[in-house]
Amino acid sequence: MRAAETLLRAGLSAALIDEAPLAGGQIYRQPPESLRRPARQLYGSEARKALALHESFSRLRTSIDYRPETLVWGAREKRLLLSGPAGNTELAFDKVILATGAMDRIVPVPGWTLPGVYSLGGAQVVLKGQACLIGKRPVFIGTGPLLYLVAYQYCKAGAEPAAIVDTSDFTAQIGALPRLLSQPATLLRGIWYNAALVARRVPVFRSAKPQKIEIRGRQLVVTFKRNGKSFEIGGDAVGMGWGLKPETQLAEILGCAFSFHAGSRWHLPRCDAMGRSSTEHVYIAGDASGIRGADAAEAAGELAAFAVLEDLGHTVPQTRRQRLLAHLARAERFRSGLERAFPYQVPELAGDTVLCRCENVTVEEVRAAISSWQISELNQLKALTRCGMGRCQGRLCGSAAMEVLAAETGVEISDVGSIRGQIPLKPLIGARFQRKAAP
Amino acid sequence: MQCDVCIIGGGLVGCSTALHLVRAGKSVVLVERDRIGAHASGANFGGVRRHGRNVLELPLSTRAFDIWRNMGTLVGNDCEFMPTGHLKIARSEAEMAVLEQWSSFGAEHGIPVVLHDRTSLRANFPWLNTSSFGASFCPGDGHANPRLAAPAFALRAGAEGAVVIQGDGATTVEDARDEFEVTLHSRRRIRAAVLVNAAGAWGRHFARYYGDEAPVEAVAPQMFVSEPVPYIIDAVLGMVTGGLYLRQIPRGNVIFGGGRGILDPNCHRSSPSDRVFAETVGLAGDLVPSLRDIAVIRSWTGVEGHCEDGLPILGPSPRRANLYHAFGFSGHGFQMAPAVGAVLSELIARGFSETDISALSPRRFTGAKSSILAESEI
Ligand SMILES: Cc1cc2nc3c(=O)[nH]c(=O)nc-3n(C[C@H](O)[C@H](O)[C@H](O)COP(=O)(O)OP(=O)(O)OC[C@H]3O[C@@H](n4cnc5c(N)ncnc54)[C@H](O)[C@@H]3O)c2cc1C
Repeated sequence: MRAAETLLRAGLSAALIDEAPLAGGQIYRQPPESLRRPARQLYGSEARKALALHESFSRLRTSIDYRPETLVWGAREKRLLLSGPAGNTELAFDKVILATGAMDRIVPVPGWTLPGVYSLGGAQVVLKGQACLIGKRPVFIGTGPLLYLVAYQYCKAGAEPAAIVDTSDFTAQIGALPRLLSQPATLLRGIWYNAALVARRVPVFRSAKPQKIEIRGRQLVVTFKRNGKSFEIGGDAVGMGWGLKPETQLAEILGCAFSFHAGSRWHLPRCDAMGRSSTEHVYIAGDASGIRGADAAEAAGELAAFAVLEDLGHTVPQTRRQRLLAHLARAERFRSGLERAFPYQVPELAGDTVLCRCENVTVEEVRAAISSWQISELNQLKALTRCGMGRCQGRLCGSAAMEVLAAETGVEISDVGSIRGQIPLKPLIGARFQRKAAP
Repeated sequence: MQCDVCIIGGGLVGCSTALHLVRAGKSVVLVERDRIGAHASGANFGGVRRHGRNVLELPLSTRAFDIWRNMGTLVGNDCEFMPTGHLKIARSEAEMAVLEQWSSFGAEHGIPVVLHDRTSLRANFPWLNTSSFGASFCPGDGHANPRLAAPAFALRAGAEGAVVIQGDGATTVEDARDEFEVTLHSRRRIRAAVLVNAAGAWGRHFARYYGDEAPVEAVAPQMFVSEPVPYIIDAVLGMVTGGLYLRQIPRGNVIFGGGRGILDPNCHRSSPSDRVFAETVGLAGDLVPSLRDIAVIRSWTGVEGHCEDGLPILGPSPRRANLYHAFGFSGHGFQMAPAVGAVLSELIARGFSETDISALSPRRFTGAKSSILAESEI
C-alpha cells in the first residue's frame, strides 16, 4: 500500500493485486463489514497505524487499479498471471514490486496435525478477519515476538491462554538486548505485551522442549520438557509458530537470485537496500525479502517505489530517502537481535512426527529414505519421499525438511537446497480454464 | 580411472545400461552431469505403454514390457508399476480408423487390444466424457513412478559394482589409442574401451565428436498434477492426436501432460508455459469432466531429445567402433529404457542381441532420407 501510494503520488499508473478481499495485509487485516469492531480492539497499540494506513488507502482507491481477491499464480517476463473474480487474466507491467509478506514457520511436534492445532498466524487471521478465537483457553507454543503478541491479542479478545511455551531461553533474550535497543519503541511494545501477560497471570515457560500434543477427553494436552522435568498443560486449542518465513515463490519464478541467510536459516532473494532484486524489473519490499516487521515494511514499500521511480528517471526526495534507509538499517539490526533472542532451533525430532502433513510423511520415513537412497538435496528428497509434494508444495514442511536432511547427512543447511517453485503458485481450480460448458 | 565401459548420462537409459552391463561382468563408470534422473527420466509422465507405438519400436517395447512386469525382481523396487491398461481415445471416425489399423499391428506383435465404440466406452469407463467417438484399450500397459526408476537402477548398479558419478559432467571425449578418454568437468579422466552416449537431449553433442549426425532437437513436454481426489481413473489415457495424456495414482493425484513448455536459451533447463497450462488443463476437464472441480497444484517440464522421425537413435556408431548411441528417445524412452540397457549390454558383451533394433540405428541418417512416419505422442 505504501509503495502504491508513492508511485501514484509521482504520477505513475499502478495496479495493486491482493489475494485478500480487503486491504491491510496480515497485520492490519480488516474484518468484513458485518464483523466490524473498533480499531482499538482489533489492532491494540497499533490501531493508529492501522487506521492511518486504511485511510490513506481509501483515498487511493479511485486512482488505482485495485484488484482484491486476486491470486498471482504465475509470471513470465513482464506479464503476471492472475486468477480472481474476473476469471483468469493477464497483466502486463514495466516494473513489479513484490510485497508478498511471510507465513508462519512451523516446527513439527507429534500431534501438530490434530484438529484444534493452529499456526500463530492462523490464530491471528481468525481473530482479525473473522472475529473468532481458536479457543477460550489456548496454549501457545513456539518462539518469537508473535508468540507473545498473539497471546496478548487473545487476552484482549477475552480468551484466557493456558500457557505460553517458549522454546528459547531468557538469557538469549537478555543477550540480544543491545541489538534490540536499535528500535526502542518496538522493544518497549514487546516488554509491554510480556508485562500484560504476567499481569493476567498467563504462565510463561521458557527453554521448553515440546514433546507432543494429544487429545485427552475434550482437551488438547501439550507435553514439554524443561530442565529435565516433564510438564503437561491442557487447553482447548493450540497455536504454534517459530517466527515467520518470507513468501518467495513469485520472486523465484521471476528469476531473482537467492542467497542463504544464516540468521533465519532460509534462502532469501538478494536485494539492495532499496529493494532492487537481481532481476532488472523486479523489486521486493517488506517481509518478502526478510522478516523485519510491519513498520519496516511501510518504509520498505516506500523505498521500493523510490527505486522504481529512480530507475525510471524520476527524482525522489533525498532527505526522505535517507530517513527511510536509516529506518530500515535499524530494523535490520533489530531483526538480528530478534534472531538471537528467539533463535530458530530445530530440536531432535521424534521419528513418528509427521513432517509433511499434506502427504503424511513421517520424520522416520524421511530419515530412512535419506540413508537408503543416499539423498543429499531437498528436491531429490521430495522426489523420493513425497515430502513437500502436496497441496502446500513444501511451504509448511520445507524448512523442517531442510533441517532433517542437513542433520542426517552432515551437509551444511545452506547446501541442501530448497524446494523448487513452479506455477501455479497456489492450487488452481481446473474449471477456471474451461472453454466450453459441460456437455 | 579405467573401465570397460563408460556411460555418459545418468537418465534411465544410462542407468539401465549400467546395471545390465555390470551383470554381464563388465566394469562400468556412469557419468551424470546433474543428479541421477534429474532430466527427462525423472520428470516424465510415467506412461508405460506399447499401445500405439511405431511398429519399428515394437520389438524393443515388447521386451521392455516383460522387464517392467518383473521390475521388483530386477532392481529390488517395483517403481510403483501398475498394469492398469492403456486407453487411447478417438474423437472422430478418422481417428478410430487409426486405432483399428494399429490393432492389427498389435496383433502381429502379440499385443491384443480391445476396440470400444461410444456405448461400450460409457459402460466401461464411466468417468470419461460422453463426446468421445471410441477408443482402443490395451491391457497390460500401465504406468510407473518416474521419480523412482532411474535412482533405483543406479542404486542397484552401484551396489553391484558400477561406479556412479553425479554432479560432474563429461566435457570432452578423445581417442587414446583404441580407447576413449573422457574428461569430466572436475578434470577427472576416465579411460574406457567402450563408450555409451546416453546423454538424452544432449546426445547429439557427443555424436558429433565422431561425425555422427542426428536430427535430434531438445523439446520440453509439460506436465501437471492435481490435488489428491478419490481414485476412479483406473486406466492410463491417451489420445490419437497426442494432445493429452492422463493417469491417476492410488494416492489420488491425477497426473497429466500435453503441450510443450519453454526451453532456456542454452537448452539445459525448461519451465512450464502458462498458455500451455490454460490449454492443457482445459483439455483435461473436457476429457474427464470431474477434473474441472479439482485444483492443479503443480506444473513442470522435462527436457527431452526429439528426433525428426520420432524414433530414438539407438545402436553402434556407423563411424567409430565401440561407440554406442542411445539418445533422442522422442517421448518414448521411459517405457523402453529398461530394455535398451538389456540390448546394449548384449551388443557390447556378446556382440549380438535377439531384439531387433536395426530400424533405430544411427545409420539411418548417414545418407538416404528415411521414410519413417513420425509418431510424436508420449
Ligand atoms: C514431460 C515428459 C513426459 C514424458 N512421458 C513419457 C511417457 O509417459 N512414457 C515414456 O515412455 N516416455 C516419456 N517421456 C520420454 C522419456 O522420459 C525419455 O525418453 C527418457 O527418460 C529418456 O531417458 P534418457 O536417459 O535418454 O534421458 P535423460 O533422462 O534426459 O538423461 C540424460 C542424462 O544425460 C545427462 N547428460 C547430458 N549431458 C551430459 C554430459 N555432458 N555429461 C554427463 N551427463 C550428461 C543429463 O544430465 C541427463 O540426466 C517423457 C519425457 C518428458 C520430458
